Amino acid sequence: MDRMMNIALPKGRLGEKVYQRLKAAGYPCPSIEEENRRLIFENPEAGVRYFWVKPSDVAIYVERGAADVGVAGKDILLEYSPDVYELADLGLGKCRMCVAARREFRDRPDRVLRVATKFPQIAARYYGSLSRDIDIIKLNGSIEIAPILGLSDVIVDIVETGKTLLENGLEPRETIVPISARLIANKVSYKFKHQQIAELCGRVEA
Amino acid sequence: MVESPIWRPDERAGLRLRSLYHRHGYLPYRMSKFEPYDLYVRNKNFLVSEKILTFTDTDGRLMALKPDVTLSIVKNAQPPAGALEKVYYSEYVYRTSPASVGYREIMQTGLECIGSLDLAATGEVLALAAESLAQLGGGEYLLDLGHMGLVSSLLEGLAGDTAASLLAELGRKNTGAIRQLCAQSGVAHSLADRLCRLAQLYGLPAQVLPELEGLAQGAQGRAALEELEGLCAVLEQLGLLEGLRLDFSIVNDMRYYNGIIFRGYLPGLASGVLAGGRYDNLLHRMGKAGGAVGFAVYLDQLERLEDGGAYDVDVLLLYGPGDSPAAVAGRAGGLLAQGKSVRTEREAPQGLRWRELIRFGEGE
Repeated sequence: MDRMMNIALPKGRLGEKVYQRLKAAGYPCPSIEEENRRLIFENPEAGVRYFWVKPSDVAIYVERGAADVGVAGKDILLEYSPDVYELADLGLGKCRMCVAARREFRDRPDRVLRVATKFPQIAARYYGSLSRDIDIIKLNGSIEIAPILGLSDVIVDIVETGKTLLENGLEPRETIVPISARLIANKVSYKFKHQQIAELCGRVEA
Repeated sequence: MVESPIWRPDERAGLRLRSLYHRHGYLPYRMSKFEPYDLYVRNKNFLVSEKILTFTDTDGRLMALKPDVTLSIVKNAQPPAGALEKVYYSEYVYRTSPASVGYREIMQTGLECIGSLDLAATGEVLALAAESLAQLGGGEYLLDLGHMGLVSSLLEGLAGDTAASLLAELGRKNTGAIRQLCAQSGVAHSLADRLCRLAQLYGLPAQVLPELEGLAQGAQGRAALEELEGLCAVLEQLGLLEGLRLDFSIVNDMRYYNGIIFRGYLPGLASGVLAGGRYDNLLHRMGKAGGAVGFAVYLDQLERLEDGGAYDVDVLLLYGPGDSPAAVAGRAGGLLAQGKSVRTEREAPQGLRWRELIRFGEGE
């Protein structure tokens, strides 16, 4: 069996930060730091193979075992509920899952609330816990304009600084759950590569 | 048993496993493809997936293509008092899996042992699970063993939804979330520490059992620990300890499962191929006394382990337009008589891999 540890990193700013953390923990990979368009990088000495994937796909690569471990936002884990181990909170990419609305919006509990979001499961679970009847509108981006154009009453989305909301005349109303990057592992890899994964987990957590 | 390359991996594995169970005195169990939908809907939480393929029977009853075999066996089980009913099966089941889209047909082989269970019977089932994995993986496998009794002894007295959330996070080995949940619901620090330790434990019985001494709580916890020790002794006796790991992140619905719980893994397959456990509570829900333990092996993934061999046929026999059909047939027959597989063609088919190429008329 492949003795290298396959690590899925989320493409983008978070992934860069995660790589720096892993590098500092003793898993460097010089080739990944070169400017190029490759997606897979290996460092046999450190026993790691990194690859960049779309952030929302990290959990799929790990769940299906193409990656032994990976780093995914808690938002992705809550939305897709992949069957993986969640081994550590890396404390990176901190933000919150929020309900936001136009400043002048007044909620009327006697009406069905229209909710635009990229995260229908999270939204459904949250409003379900409040026994609120909602109409979910699944969007894939630019969620902020939905309330402005009257497509929805509120949005459920990730808020980091709140700047984008503010610039679009929106404000966060309720925090559903705090979000940060998590180290996840494939359940079978965790067993067959237990020592390697437990060691990596211990090193990045510290 | 004579094995042939024409057997598909799941067929070969299914036959090997059935023969293994048969040799241990388990009896074959045949069942119909359909069951009334009612049976499954009443026990939805016992199933891997709640989605069930249904259709209306000719008499108007709602039927289901069976998503599970255990429920049917338990429904019909009538173990004589003080004895055991031991059965094995090999059946197709129909269900969705969380990681894929739509219904799938999955070949499932397994066994159930129902009645007055004791450590010997439970040990035999666990040993057969280990041997099943050894057969499938060519020796390399891992069998993870946990115990719902030990886990629920720690969760005893907690509110139902707190216990359920903690159980789910234990299943993810998510110690951060366990601490957070405990803090939110006012659970004692010492208990949070124990749960986190339990989530992190993973290893050979020799490493993990001593640690459990400090974690097992109350009479239920002690009994669970004793059972685990007893089972490890049985597997050690049979030389099956090397592939065994203790892991308490294997959890399942407490409404059905109460004792040991186990999962089997093969290197190279991204999810488990074997799942089993003790489910006395299901038996009791169906109004029957006694205990029940069993496991299922999912054979649909095994094809991923095989490379399909280097050749499709031993001989590719090519003939020309002028060759006599009778003579070509005779030549092919001669090769077949030597035990070779033969493909007869005028042109080499694209993509076919052959060990030897023979042009008719040459080299005779």
